[in-house]
Amino acid sequence: MVAQPSTDEIWAVLARVPDPEIPAISLTDLGIIRDIAWEGETLAVTVTPTYSGCPATSLINFEIETALREAGIERIDLRRQLAPPWTTDWLSQEGRAKLEAYGIAPPTAARGPEKCPRCGSTHVERISQFGSTPCKAQWRCKECREPFDYFKCI
Amino acid sequence: MDQALFEFCLRMGDNTLVLGHRVSEWCGHAPVLEEDIALANTALDLIGQTQLWLGLAGEVEGAGRDADALAFRRDAWDFRSVLLVEQPNGDFGQTILRQYLFDQYQALMLAELVASSDARVSAIAQKAAKEVAYHLDRSRDTVVGLGDGTDESHTRMQAALDRLYPFVGELFGEDDLDREVAARGIAPLPASLRAAYDAALAATMDEATLALPDSRWSQSGGRDGTRHSEHLGHLLTEMQWLQRAYPDARW
Ligand SMILES: [Zn+2]
Repeated sequence: MVAQPSTDEIWAVLARVPDPEIPAISLTDLGIIRDIAWEGETLAVTVTPTYSGCPATSLINFEIETALREAGIERIDLRRQLAPPWTTDWLSQEGRAKLEAYGIAPPTAARGPEKCPRCGSTHVERISQFGSTPCKAQWRCKECREPFDYFKCI
Repeated sequence: MDQALFEFCLRMGDNTLVLGHRVSEWCGHAPVLEEDIALANTALDLIGQTQLWLGLAGEVEGAGRDADALAFRRDAWDFRSVLLVEQPNGDFGQTILRQYLFDQYQALMLAELVASSDARVSAIAQKAAKEVAYHLDRSRDTVVGLGDGTDESHTRMQAALDRLYPFVGELFGEDDLDREVAARGIAPLPASLRAAYDAALAATMDEATLALPDSRWSQSGGRDGTRHSEHLGHLLTEMQWLQRAYPDARW
């Protein structure tokens, strides 16, 4: 029998699984993995949805299972936890930096991007409260004139 | 089976299901791309919330029906959605006004449900409240923008308000089911939300330069399933046809 990987090692495995909609960040950067625990031979992984209707939810579960099986874990129990609800406060600092480098302005408490992720200008305007995925809104930079995604703050 | 909790979950889930389907009818038809995306995302949130509410209804019922079975295998008289949400989309103004009238109610209801004596109801409410707050921001702003806009947009918004206001009162209906879930601390009596709703509505309509109709007379019969309008049947025909024609079909 192979020794069980530690939960730290499993966190590291999931830190390498990209979010299917925004592959620049990982599932742990996104803050949706709430808990990892061994219960005997079974690994219990608790996941919280970003938006209740997020179409990526089932794909995310599939990606988690695939990564864990590749890491040699056979018995997996994926659990959904609704409360406390996911908040963009759970995005990691690293995840926020990766988003900005990728061209998506990270969420701010001020309910709008701090600056254009391309040129850094603070002269930005909202195009739409919604965007190409449930977690994003569309903004535009008035300096470089480029539209960009903003990660909605919830 | 806990009949009261089951029916309460149907009332919540059928409202979001029927409105979510209505809003999704705009997909590919909105006046500009940004609005198309916004409407589709709003519909997506509502359908996601439906999965939670109807999923809980199925769990409470314990008869093996999941959210899909409840959404696609019930007929109109088993639906517990209010008449407001089944009303046709009309023009964009009517759609966004219907959204505002619902969002304003839903935000107040969910804020109370966070303190529900049932932990599962509370968890869904905590999740949905954040999404609905976002919807309300947008529907309210858009109602104000169009009401206090051009002559054309103002006229259309006033017509939409005159048409939809007679469906508002049903949101605050009260029957034995409401009294039971309120007594058990599961949910507030809808009527207890009316004062806050009226105050918010008056402030919004004032800013939008729209006049609320004088009469508070209201249509009813949706939330208890006794008298849905003909519109629900047409909506279900379209929404349910695949599961009716090919039961248990899967992608
Ligand atoms: Zn720029």
